[in-house]
Amino acid sequence: MAKIDSKIPEGPLAEKWTNYKNHQNLVNPANKRKIDIIVVGSGLAGGAAAASLGEMGFNVKVFCIQDSPRRAHSIAAQGGINAAKNYPNDGDSVYRLFYDTVKGGDYRAREANVYRLAEVSNNIIDQCVAQGVPFAREYGGTLDNRSFGGALVSRTFYARGQTGQQLLLGAYSALSKEINKGSVELFTRREMLDLVTIDGKARGIIVRNLVSGKLERHSAHAVLVASGGYGNVFFLSTNAMTSNGGAAWRSYKRGAFFGNPSFVQIHPTCIPVHGDFQSKLTLMSESLRNDGRIWVPKKKEDAVKIQKGELRPTEIAEDDRDYYLERRYPAFGNLVPRDVASRAAKERCDAGFGVGTTGLAVYLDFKHAIDRLGKNVIEARYGNLFQMYEKIVDENPYETPMMIYPAIHYAMGGIWVDYELQTTVPGLFFGGEANFSDHGANRLGASALMQGLSDGYFVLPYTMQNYLADQITVPRFDINSKEFEQTEKDVQDRIDKLISVNGDETVDSFHKRLGLIMWDNVGMARTKEGLEKAIKEISALRKEFYQRVKVPDEKNGMNVELEKALRVADFLELGELMARDALNRSESCGGHFREESKTPEGEALRDDENFTYVSAWEYKGDDVEPELHKEPLVYENIEVKQRNYKTA
Amino acid sequence: MDLKLKIWRQSGPDAKGEFREYPIQNISKDSSFLEMMDVLNEQLVSKGEEPVAFDHDCREGICGMCSLFINGRPHGPDDAITTCQLHMRKFHDGETVTIEPWRAKPFPIIKDLMVDRSAFDEIIQAGGFVSVSTGGVPDANAIPIKKANADLAMDAAACIGCGACVAACKNASAMLFVSAKVSQFALLPQGRVEAKERVERMVAKMDDIGFGNCTNTYACEAECPKEISVANIARMNREFFAAKVC
Ligand SMILES: Cc1cc2nc3c(=O)[nH]c(=O)nc-3n(C[C@H](O)[C@H](O)[C@H](O)COP(=O)(O)OP(=O)(O)OC[C@H]3O[C@@H](n4cnc5c(N)ncnc54)[C@H](O)[C@@H]3O)c2cc1C
Ligand code: FES
Repeated sequence: MAKIDSKIPEGPLAEKWTNYKNHQNLVNPANKRKIDIIVVGSGLAGGAAAASLGEMGFNVKVFCIQDSPRRAHSIAAQGGINAAKNYPNDGDSVYRLFYDTVKGGDYRAREANVYRLAEVSNNIIDQCVAQGVPFAREYGGTLDNRSFGGALVSRTFYARGQTGQQLLLGAYSALSKEINKGSVELFTRREMLDLVTIDGKARGIIVRNLVSGKLERHSAHAVLVASGGYGNVFFLSTNAMTSNGGAAWRSYKRGAFFGNPSFVQIHPTCIPVHGDFQSKLTLMSESLRNDGRIWVPKKKEDAVKIQKGELRPTEIAEDDRDYYLERRYPAFGNLVPRDVASRAAKERCDAGFGVGTTGLAVYLDFKHAIDRLGKNVIEARYGNLFQMYEKIVDENPYETPMMIYPAIHYAMGGIWVDYELQTTVPGLFFGGEANFSDHGANRLGASALMQGLSDGYFVLPYTMQNYLADQITVPRFDINSKEFEQTEKDVQDRIDKLISVNGDETVDSFHKRLGLIMWDNVGMARTKEGLEKAIKEISALRKEFYQRVKVPDEKNGMNVELEKALRVADFLELGELMARDALNRSESCGGHFREESKTPEGEALRDDENFTYVSAWEYKGDDVEPELHKEPLVYENIEVKQRNYKTA
Repeated sequence: MDLKLKIWRQSGPDAKGEFREYPIQNISKDSSFLEMMDVLNEQLVSKGEEPVAFDHDCREGICGMCSLFINGRPHGPDDAITTCQLHMRKFHDGETVTIEPWRAKPFPIIKDLMVDRSAFDEIIQAGGFVSVSTGGVPDANAIPIKKANADLAMDAAACIGCGACVAACKNASAMLFVSAKVSQFALLPQGRVEAKERVERMVAKMDDIGFGNCTNTYACEAECPKEISVANIARMNREFFAAKVC
C-alpha cells in the first residue's frame, strides 16, 4: 500500500487547490527555457496543456497520430461542456457540480480531484470565450445552457452539435499561436511506441514516424501523455479509428499503475449495428434526450412485426408504447445517467421488445417535441445530428423515430495518477481521458470535455511546474544513451516479431474477435463465469495472433497494417487486464454491472464495505499476474448513498 | 453490389503514379464508402499485395481527415457530406468508381490517396487565433455577443479543414478555408482587436505557400461538406481592403 500516495493537499475541500497553488514550487522565467517537455496527444487535454506550457516559456514538443493537431478525437464530441456558472439561476454551484459528478460516478471517484474539477470549470468557459469559441447565445447576447443526463440544473454550454470541435479548435488556435512563436514544436503523423526512463524517471519517448516508418528518439525533462481513451479494445466503438491504448499500455509496462481498467462507459444513444463490415459506431448526442422520448412497443407481437418489417413505429398507438425510462425513473425520466439508460435498453431488448431488423434497438422519438415546439426549433437544436442520422440510416428522423442502441464510448479507467496527475513513474504525467480520472465508475455527459480542458489549461501547467522546479540544473538528455538505445531496440523487436509471423489472418479479423469476447463478457453485464472465460479466451487469442497474423513486410515506409497490429497487440493484453479488474470487483457500480450484485428491481448494487477503493494494477512481467494495489476512497464531504434517479 | 474500382496508386511523393483497376464483389449498400475500401484492403493484404493508403479517422464527418476525389468530385457524389459519411447506396451495381487523391500543388501526394495538408496548419499558425494566454480573461458573460453574429461566426467556424475547397477549385485557391477563419473572428468582439494583422498575415501566408487566386467560380462552396458560404470570401475581402486603407 505504501507504493501509492494520492498526495491530496491538506485543508478543507474548498481550499485544497488554492492551498496547493499557494505553496507549489515555481520555475523562474529564465530557467523555463532550459526545460523540455514532451506532450503526447493534441486533443483537449494535450493541446491545451502544450499551449499553456508554451505560453509559460517551457520548450514543448507535441506529438499526434493525425496529420494535424486539429483532428484529435476530441473534435467528435457533440453535446456540450459543463460548468458551474449558474447563469440560468437554477441553483447551480461548484458544490452541486462536484456532488453530481461524485454521485454520477457512483462514489468511486476521489473527492479532492472532483472538487478541483468543478472549481475550475468556470475558468474554462471564460478561457474559451476569450479565444473566440462561438458558443450558443441567447437573444440578449449572453450564453445559452442546456441540460444533460444526471443533473437537475442546466449547466451545459454548447456550440450547436459541434462543441468538441469548437473547443478543440480553440485549443488548436492557442497551440498554433505558440508554434508560431517557437515555444512549441509540432510532430504530426507520429505514434509513441514506448516510454524511456532513466534512473526511474520519465525522460523520453520512442515514436514511429508513420510516413517514413523510421523510429525516432525524443528526450525531455518530463513527459505528459494525453492520448485519449481505449474504447477501441471492443473493436466497435464511437472512438476514431486510430484511438488506441498503446501509449497508456506501454507506460504501464514501464511502471505506471493502471487505474480501474474495467470502468468503461456504454453510451445509450448510438446508431445500431448494421452489418459485418461495420468499422465503427456513430454516437447520437445525449443532448437528444432533452427533447426525444425513448420507447419500445408494449406488446411483444408488435415488436416482432416491426423486426420483420411488417409494422412501422408510427403505426403504433400511444397506449401501446412503453416509455420505459419515464415509467421506471419518474424523477429523471429520459435524462437518467448513461449507465442506467443503457442497461434499461438492453433489458427491454433482451426481453424481446427491441426494434429494428436485429431487435437490438429502441426508439428515440421527437414527435411530441416537434408538436410542442415546432420543427424549426428542433432543427435549430439538432439539425446536424438529424442530417447525420439520415445519411447513415437513410430515414428521416423528423418523420420516423430514430433507432438507437448502446455502444462503447468512453474509458473512465486509465493510468492511475495522484492529485498532481503524476503517475507512479516520476516525471510521467497523464491527462484527459487517458488517466483514470475524475469520473469514478460512470461519467456524466459533458464532463469529459470539462476534465480534458481542466487538466490541460488549469491543472497540469501548475503541477508539472511543481515537479520541474528541481530539474532546472538537470542538463538535456542525450538520445544516444544506453537507455534510449535499449528502448528503441525493444520497439524494433516488437515490430520484427509481428512482421516475422507472416500468417494468414488479417489484423482487423483478430481485432473483431477480441471485440466480440469483450462485448459479450466485459460489456454491459458481467458475471464471474463470463469474466473467467474471457481471460482464458483472450489469452488464447493472443497466442494465435502471434502465430497467424499477417502484417506486410514494409519496414521502411508507411505500413498501416503494422500500425494496427501494434495497437491490437496492446489491446490483446489490455483486454485481459480489464477482465481481471472486473472479476476482482464483484460489486456493481456505475458502468460496471455484475449480475451477481443487484437490487431486487435490477438496479446496480454497490458494496461499499469492500470496494470503496480505486484499483491500481502494477505490471509484474508478461505471463505473471499483475499486482493489485488499493487506493482507499474517503468521503468527508459527501454522504455516500445508493444512487436513486426515481425520486429527486 | 459489384463494382469496378479505378484507384490512383503512387508509391511516394516523387514516384510516378497510375490508375489501377480492382474489381470488388458483394458490397452491401448499407456499407459506408470507407468500409468498402476496408474490404478491398483486407483482400489485398490477404493476397500479399500492398493495401491502398488513404486518410481517415473519426468516420463521422467531423475530423476532416478523410479526403478522396470520387468520380470527379471531392467527397463523392452526394452533397454536404464527407467521404466517410458517403454510403454505397449512392452507387449502382456494376458501376466503375474512380478514386483519386486531392490534386493541388500545395497538397503534395504522400502515397496513393494520401496528401500532405500541413499548408493549412501553417496558415492558421500565421494568424488564425486570438492572442490570449491561459488565465486572466474576463467572465464569459462580460462579453455579450449578438445571437445573429454568434450564429454567423459558428457557421464559419464549422469548417473541418479537409481541403475539399482547394481540391474543387481549378486554381487550387484556399480562399474559402482562410475566409472562414477570418470571418469567425471578424464577427466576434474578441477577434476584432487583431483583425487587421490577422487577415494580412493569413493572406500573405496563403499566397506564399502557392495557393491560387479566387476567380469566383464557387466550386468550393458547392463541394464543401460543411456548406461554408462564399459570403465569407466577400467578408474577408472587405476585411483585407480595410486593413490596407487604414
Ligand atoms: C463521439 C463522441 C462524442 C462525445 N461527446 C462528448 C460531449 O458532448 N461532452 C463531453 O464532455 N465529452 C464527450 N465525449 C468524450 C470526449 O470527447 C473525450 O473524452 C475527450 O475529448 C478526450 O480528450 P483527450 O484530449 O483526452 O483525448 P483525444 O481528443 O482523444 O486526443 C488524443 C490525442 O492523442 C494522440 N495520440 C493517441 N495515441 C498516441 C500515441 N501513441 N502517440 C502519439 N499520439 C497519440 C492522438 O493523435 C490525439 O491527438 C465524446 C466522445 C466521443 C467519442
Ligand atoms: S474521417 Fe473524419 S471527417 Fe471523414
